[in-house]
Amino acid sequence: MNIYVCIKQVPDTETKIKLNADATGIDPTGIKWIVSPYDEFAIEEALRLRDKNPGSTVTVLSAGPARTVDAIRTALAMGADNGIQVETPETADNQLVAKALAQALKKEAKVDILFTGKEAIDDGASQTSQLIAEHLDFAHVTVVLGAEYTAQSVTCRREVEGGAIEIIEAQLPVVIAAQKGLNEPRYASLPNIMKAKKKEIKVLKLADLGVSEADQKVRVKNLQLPPPKAAGRKLSGDTAAQVQELVRLLHEEAKVI
Amino acid sequence: MAKVLIVAEHRDGRLKKATLELVSHSASSGNETHVALLGDGVQSLAADIGQAGAKVVHLAQAPELKSYTAEATTRVVAALAKSISPDVILASHTPTGRDFMPRLAARLDAGIASDCTQLSYQGNGISVRRPIYAGKATAEVEFLGSGPKLATIRANSLGAPKLDASRSAEVVPFTSFELSGLKTRVVNVVQGNAGRPDVTEASVVVSGGRSLKSAENFKILEELADVLGAAVGASRAAVDAGYRPHRDQVGQTGKVVSPSLYIACGISGAIQHLAGMRTSKTIVAVNQDSEAPIFQVADYGIVGDLFQVVPLLTQELKRVKEH
Repeated sequence: MNIYVCIKQVPDTETKIKLNADATGIDPTGIKWIVSPYDEFAIEEALRLRDKNPGSTVTVLSAGPARTVDAIRTALAMGADNGIQVETPETADNQLVAKALAQALKKEAKVDILFTGKEAIDDGASQTSQLIAEHLDFAHVTVVLGAEYTAQSVTCRREVEGGAIEIIEAQLPVVIAAQKGLNEPRYASLPNIMKAKKKEIKVLKLADLGVSEADQKVRVKNLQLPPPKAAGRKLSGDTAAQVQELVRLLHEEAKVI
Repeated sequence: MAKVLIVAEHRDGRLKKATLELVSHSASSGNETHVALLGDGVQSLAADIGQAGAKVVHLAQAPELKSYTAEATTRVVAALAKSISPDVILASHTPTGRDFMPRLAARLDAGIASDCTQLSYQGNGISVRRPIYAGKATAEVEFLGSGPKLATIRANSLGAPKLDASRSAEVVPFTSFELSGLKTRVVNVVQGNAGRPDVTEASVVVSGGRSLKSAENFKILEELADVLGAAVGASRAAVDAGYRPHRDQVGQTGKVVSPSLYIACGISGAIQHLAGMRTSKTIVAVNQDSEAPIFQVADYGIVGDLFQVVPLLTQELKRVKEH
């Protein structure tokens, strides 16, 4: 099988976000970049599927600036076979990124299945998987907790609201967006880390892909940090008095109950 | 004034409150509000949509639309959009809306902003703001080029829907779509915890942290949640300890919620957790540690033992309700 994974490099969840001078983006100083956590489930699922189907390969793609190759190397160190970086500007929207990734995938001989995370934890938009699927005319299933594969189809457990699970059968080729719980991602082994360092990562530019900045559909006009909340009120008195006061405040002041 | 198309959402024969929120907000902003209602045997849901202020309900019915799939929904709504040319297309940022809307955007070659928490109408366009880095910052998103503007809106962001029984919508059947050769189908839907709302949709969320000490102890939060009609959430620490399933996790690697009341019990308030709930309208924190960061975002704080405070709070709420 020809298995593909699209991943995104994002700031670590511990990152304190600071804005750049004109508040159009974040200040990258001191940011530790990681593979978006949901993408790790996508990589792991791809590796497991490859290992069950001898002769298969896993190719990892990521769109972004030069630093993105570090994320691809992380995936290679987990065991992926090939890596492709698609050079996109920092300000690219999901539409531009998805179009570029889809064009890169169209250059490949055959794509049977594409894994992604269910969302990237930086912009949290959960758009790119579905956008790529549409550009490739593939089926897609998002927020996947479990999947069973045959040569022609995949049956997915998709998490929806209130803990309900949809069982969805999709014909290949398909895009699967992984939710936490799909599997337990492996740690990179030392030999694989060493091997990953030496692997060549193919680099594609937008111009190679027939995509231009005109394919961008939205842009971030400005960023704001959340206004600092006025210090709240700690209630006083014994526990019973505090609880009574809380209920009164919720009712009369906040008017939320 | 904009021509707005809202894609209605329903499950188990009931319309989502979040749909009415979008319709009511659009109508009261003075827009020509159209609603796409897809399903099989769902015409009765048009009445509530009309009461929320829609002008036209486009009713698309077919056996293939009985269970939602992104593929079929995209086909029908894309066909409808081409037929009525809306300026704006909206859906709620629910597991359904977030699933098909990007696909629709790609098909219509249109811009999309997801998970918006602020929406205002300007001329025939919209201005939206959305949290990024799970709410550590917000971004104003600008649409480029022509074509419809698509957005998914976080539930509870636009205020409670206003229903007016004297209003009704014109119901127009929409049949100009093709559903042959679909590549996905819903085999089955396994029901979840019926009776309790999802954390992302509930207007009240009661959340617990590792201080709950066990899965069983979450019972005291469930009892509090029952009195409030609330959903039960959890911090990552509680989920990692196995007290609650991941689907209940609130935070950067879980759900992002925006209820009118969020009650954090025994949650210290790690940056990732705060990111997932700080847009809640009113925040209550119960924690033994008076220095816990959760108190910096809480409107009301009780420093104390949650095992004492929570049952008392449940009792007091019951008492007040009965009077």
